[in-house]
Amino acid sequence: MSERSNELTDLVGEEHAATGHDYAAGFVTEIDTDTLPPGLDEDVVRAISAKKAEPAWMTEWRLDAFRRWQEMPTPRWAHVQFPDIDFQGISYFSAPKGDAPKSLDEVDPELLRTYEKLGIPLHERARLAGVEAEDEEAPQVAVDAVFDSVSVATTFKERLAEAGVVFCSMSEAIQEHPELVRKYLGSVVPKPDNFYAALNSAVFSDGSFVYVPKNTRCPMELSTYFRINAENTGQFERTLIIADEGAYVSYLEGCTAPMRDDNQLHAAVVELVALEDAEIKYSTVQNWYPGDAEGNGGIYNFVTKRGTCLGDRSKISWTQVETGSAITWKYPSVMLRGADSVGEFYSVALTRNFQQADTGTKMTHIGPRTKSTIVSKGISAGRSQNSYRGRVRMNPGAKGARNYTQCDSLLIGDTCGAHTFPYIESKLSTAVVEHEATTSKVSDEQLFLCQQRGIDPEKAVAMIVNGFCRDVFRTLPMEFAVEAAKLLEVSLEGAVG
Amino acid sequence: MSLLRVEELHVEVDGKPILAGIDLEVDAGEVHAVMGPNGSGKSTFANVLAGRPGYDVVRGSMRVDGEDVTELAPEERSLRGLFLAFQYPIEIPGVSNMEFLKAAVDAHALGRGEDPPSAIDFVRHAREAASRLELNPDFLKRGVNDGFSGGEKKRNEILQMLILEPRLAVLDETDSGLDIDALQVVANGINAFRGDGNAVVLVTHYQRLLNYVVPDHVHVLADGRIVHSGDRSLALELEERGYGWLGA
Repeated sequence: MSERSNELTDLVGEEHAATGHDYAAGFVTEIDTDTLPPGLDEDVVRAISAKKAEPAWMTEWRLDAFRRWQEMPTPRWAHVQFPDIDFQGISYFSAPKGDAPKSLDEVDPELLRTYEKLGIPLHERARLAGVEAEDEEAPQVAVDAVFDSVSVATTFKERLAEAGVVFCSMSEAIQEHPELVRKYLGSVVPKPDNFYAALNSAVFSDGSFVYVPKNTRCPMELSTYFRINAENTGQFERTLIIADEGAYVSYLEGCTAPMRDDNQLHAAVVELVALEDAEIKYSTVQNWYPGDAEGNGGIYNFVTKRGTCLGDRSKISWTQVETGSAITWKYPSVMLRGADSVGEFYSVALTRNFQQADTGTKMTHIGPRTKSTIVSKGISAGRSQNSYRGRVRMNPGAKGARNYTQCDSLLIGDTCGAHTFPYIESKLSTAVVEHEATTSKVSDEQLFLCQQRGIDPEKAVAMIVNGFCRDVFRTLPMEFAVEAAKLLEVSLEGAVG
Repeated sequence: MSLLRVEELHVEVDGKPILAGIDLEVDAGEVHAVMGPNGSGKSTFANVLAGRPGYDVVRGSMRVDGEDVTELAPEERSLRGLFLAFQYPIEIPGVSNMEFLKAAVDAHALGRGEDPPSAIDFVRHAREAASRLELNPDFLKRGVNDGFSGGEKKRNEILQMLILEPRLAVLDETDSGLDIDALQVVANGINAFRGDGNAVVLVTHYQRLLNYVVPDHVHVLADGRIVHSGDRSLALELEERGYGWLGA
C-alpha cells in the first residue's frame, strides 16, 4: 500500500473512529423498561401477541410464521461474514414501562428528550432537523417514533385524518383497521419468504401503518424514526403502506442505536402496496451503530423490503442512504404487476472500518410495458466490503418491459473491497435490459487539486463522495438530502472537529 | 522582502535527484518565466512549490513573504497565497465547478479569519470572472473538468486563479494544448490578474505565451539548475537558437 493511500485511509477514520466520537447517536436513554427475558418459543410469540392485546387471528398468524421459521435454515449466500446468531440469547420485546400514551402530552419526557437529541421533534410545532424553524414554507413532516419494540408517539394524526390518511403504529392498525391489515399483511412479503422475514412475522413488535385513500395526495411527508435503546434486544418492526387508487405518499425512515460491544439484530419487514395510478416514494437514511474501528459491536441489519405495483400505471420508488450497521443485508424490491407500472431503486451505501454491506434490489417485471431504473452507488473505505447484488427478471408476460441499471463503486484507500453481483433473468426476447457499471478511486490527484485550492483533505473527500452520490441525493426530499449529505460527511470524517 | 524566495532547493522523486540546487527570488509585481527543455525539472519545480506529495525536498527551502513553507501541507500553502495552475487538470465528476470554487473561496476566507462570502456575492464574482475568460455561465454548473476540452480545462485553471486572487500564481505549461484564440484569452486573463500585489511564475516550454504575457525575467532550467537568467530578449533568443547553446 502506498504511503499516500495510507494517509487516505487514516483520513476516513481507521484510528480516530476507535473512540466512537463520530457516532453522535450512540448514547443510551435511561428508562424503566418492560422487557421479556431472552429466548424464543411459542410462549414468547403468544406473550408478544398478548402484550399487544391482539385478536386471535393475529396470534395464529404469528404462530404459523414461527413454525415455518423453525423449519428454515439460516441463509449464508450473501457476501458477508459473521458468527452464528444465538436466537435464544436475544430478547424479543422491550418497551418503556407504563401504559401506551394516548396523546403527545403523555409521552415520557425522557423519551421526548431522546428524540430531540437525535434531531427528531415529537411536538407538532417544529420541523425535522436541518430545516430552519422560522422557515414557514418548509414542508411539515409527520413522525411516528418507534423506541425498541413499541411506537411511542405519532404526530399530526388529526391533520392527516382530515385528509383521510391513516398514519399510526402497526399495533394500533391491528386494532383499528383489521380489515386492511388482514388483507395486505404478508401479501407482498409472505411469511415463509425468507428466514428473517419468517422470524419477523412471528415476533414483530411495532412499526408504522399507512393508508392513503383513493385520489388523495398525502398532505405532508410521513416519517418513522426507529431507535434501538435496550441492550441485548432485537428490533423487529413491521411496516405496511397502502396507496389506494390514484393516491400519492412520500415516506421517510431514519434509524439509530447506542454504541455497544455486542452485535444487535434488526430484522424488519416493509411491505408497500400501490394500486392503480398510485405512487409511493420510500426514502431511508440508515444510520444504525456501525461498530467500532476494530469491528466490535454494531447492528446486524437484515431487512426485507418489497413493494408491489398492483395496479396499472402505479409507481414505487425506493431511495436509500446506508451509512450505518455492522452488516447490511437488504434488497428493497418491486414486483411490477400492473401494466405500465414503474419501479425505481436509488441507493448510496457507504462502508468503512470493518463494515459489510450486501445490498441491491430485485425488479420483477410481470405486467406489460413495465419499467424499472436502478442506480446504485457504493463507497468503500477502510477494510470494509461493499457489494451490490441485484436481480432483474423479465417474465413472459412483460412485453415491452425495460430496465436500466447503473452501478458505480468508489474506493477510498486500497484495503477495501467493492463487488457487483448483477443477475439478469429474461424469459422474453423483446425485453430491454441495460446494465452499466464503473469502479473508480478517490485519487491522490483529485485530493491534491482540492488541497492546492485550500480545501482540507477531509472536506475534499466528503465533497468528492457527495459528487459521486449526486444522482441518488437528487431523488431524496430536500431536507433529507441535506441530512444525508451531512451524515456522509460525518461518517467520512472519522474524528469530528 | 521577496514574495517568493527559493534557496538551494534540492528535490528527489523516488530517490532520484531532479532539482539540484535552485535559487530564485520573485518580487511582488513581477512575472518570471521558467523555461527549459523536456526533463529539465520545470514541472517538478512548479509542483514542489505547491507541495505535491511524492516530491521530496532533501535540501534547501522555499519562503513566501518571508515564511518558510517547505514543510507546510498543500492547503496551508494555498491559504498563504500560493496557487498552482495544473498542467493536466484532473476531473471531479458530480462536483460542480461552482461548488468546488465556493469550497475553495470559503476555505480561504476562513483562513483569513473572515466570514465566507454570501452565495449571491460569490456567484456574481464567479460569473464576472467566467465572462472575462469568455466562458458561458453554464460552465460553472458543470462537473469540475468533467468532459471539458483541453482548452476548457486550461481556462478553468485561470478562472480559479482569478477567483482566488493568490499572492503567487505558478502556471505549469498553461499554454500547452491551446489554439491561438484560446491562448489569447488565457493571456488576457493572466494580464488582468497581474498587479503590484502579486507575482506570476510561468513555467513553459515555448515562448509563444510570452508574446502576450510579457515577463520581467526569464530563467532557463537545465538538469535541475537555473543555468541562465535574463530579460525578455532571452526568451526570443531561445526560440531562435533552441536550448543547445546554453549547454542545456
